[in-house]
Amino acid sequence: MPRPLAKGMSKDLITMDDLSDDDIISLLDDAARLVPVAQGNVHLPLLEGKLLGNMFFEPSTRTRMSFETAMKRLGGNVINLGALASSSVSKGETLYDTMRMVDGYCDLAVLRHPRQGAAQYAADACAIPIVNAGDGAGHHPTQTLLDLFTIKQAHGRLDLDVTLVGDLRYGRTVHSLSHALARFGARLTLVSPESLGMPSEIVDDLKAAGSDITVSDNLHSQVATADVIYMTRIQKERFPDDDEYLKVAGIYQLSKSDLGGAKGSMIIMHPLPRVDEIDSDVDGTAHALYFEQAANGVVARMALLCRMLGADIPDEVTA
Amino acid sequence: MSEMRRVTAICNGTVIDHVPGGQALRVLRMLRITGSQSNPVSLVMNVPSSRYDSKDIIKVEDRELTQDELDRLALIAPAATVSIIRNFTVAEKRVVELGDEMVNVARCTFSNCISHGDREPLPHRLKVLAAEPLELRCHYCGHTQDIEGLVENLL
Repeated sequence: MPRPLAKGMSKDLITMDDLSDDDIISLLDDAARLVPVAQGNVHLPLLEGKLLGNMFFEPSTRTRMSFETAMKRLGGNVINLGALASSSVSKGETLYDTMRMVDGYCDLAVLRHPRQGAAQYAADACAIPIVNAGDGAGHHPTQTLLDLFTIKQAHGRLDLDVTLVGDLRYGRTVHSLSHALARFGARLTLVSPESLGMPSEIVDDLKAAGSDITVSDNLHSQVATADVIYMTRIQKERFPDDDEYLKVAGIYQLSKSDLGGAKGSMIIMHPLPRVDEIDSDVDGTAHALYFEQAANGVVARMALLCRMLGADIPDEVTA
Repeated sequence: MSEMRRVTAICNGTVIDHVPGGQALRVLRMLRITGSQSNPVSLVMNVPSSRYDSKDIIKVEDRELTQDELDRLALIAPAATVSIIRNFTVAEKRVVELGDEMVNVARCTFSNCISHGDREPLPHRLKVLAAEPLELRCHYCGHTQDIEGLVENLL
């Protein structure tokens, strides 16, 4: 039987549609209060006795580690699927069976899987809450939470001119982020080569919701007007063959010399890892926010875990 | 030919009328009527129709198709009309109903969807977003379905 839902939220977080606008705003507020806990300055064991299952069927550095950090900073514990070669998956176990097993071990599971729809599938199979940490080229809603947190910390609001750049076809971070930004009144410019354009069903959804969308293949023409430039990596691993990848590899690159006409408040974000999209000479500019963005993954996920596991965060978090 | 019956009336069974012309064989496949069963099946294809340019008619003897089976027709013959025949008279009229979801009718057309995984046991679920024209999305991966492709993916 499904367990009671935390504060009226959906049991699971599969896409940003599982969160209301109020949910998102209150999670960002919660995340801001948890910064001292994430930095290790305050001990706040709100999730003591809780166990998270990290189920990563694809490589991950930041997402897996930040979920583990978030859980442990809040006094909880984590078990990992581990290397696929040493698990029952290598023996042909179905995702259904693997997740039913974890359902009996943990209080919540975080899933990354190469097949699209895997998180919804796992959520249907399990009574415990499932958090989608990336399903193929589908969605990555916790990345969106940390992205929104980063934008709100920098600008104080979300109704901005945001330019999404690069692999918009296979890039799951931009799929989730575009949905969320549109809900908060952001004006989106989608910059990609034609072959890596945003999937039509996402563009249709955004337009149906009344979003202000511009499509372009020119990054540099957007630099002067953008409040946020969100760069993404062209993902070699998602291409069917190397020839197709080489046609678009390295197509969008930003260096310090490109930023002369940018607004002073413009921020550059990237879900990382980067390859050649952002030159290292940008790192030292006030525009570069991608490392802070990565660090924000911990507080954003702390806030989410507390919400999904029913832990109340105090109004004031002090030592 | 208008005064003559192209196929004789049946005593007991199911008559499916107003199938779009040329689609009868697909309908049979969708209803899992393979010809290996012993009951007679009659087809009339591409006859003039006021609703379509042409229509097909299917008569399945000695078998009353269930509403669940008939609802599968919504994918290619949403306007089909169905009569259940008992002792040469129409005992019931049924209509194809397009619900909110089509369960285990066809496999998602997106090849990287989790529902294509080997031996994964959960049902294939396609949400109905619009009826006219038919718009379906996979419950799991969210991909909008190519209806022609979906017909090739019938379960």
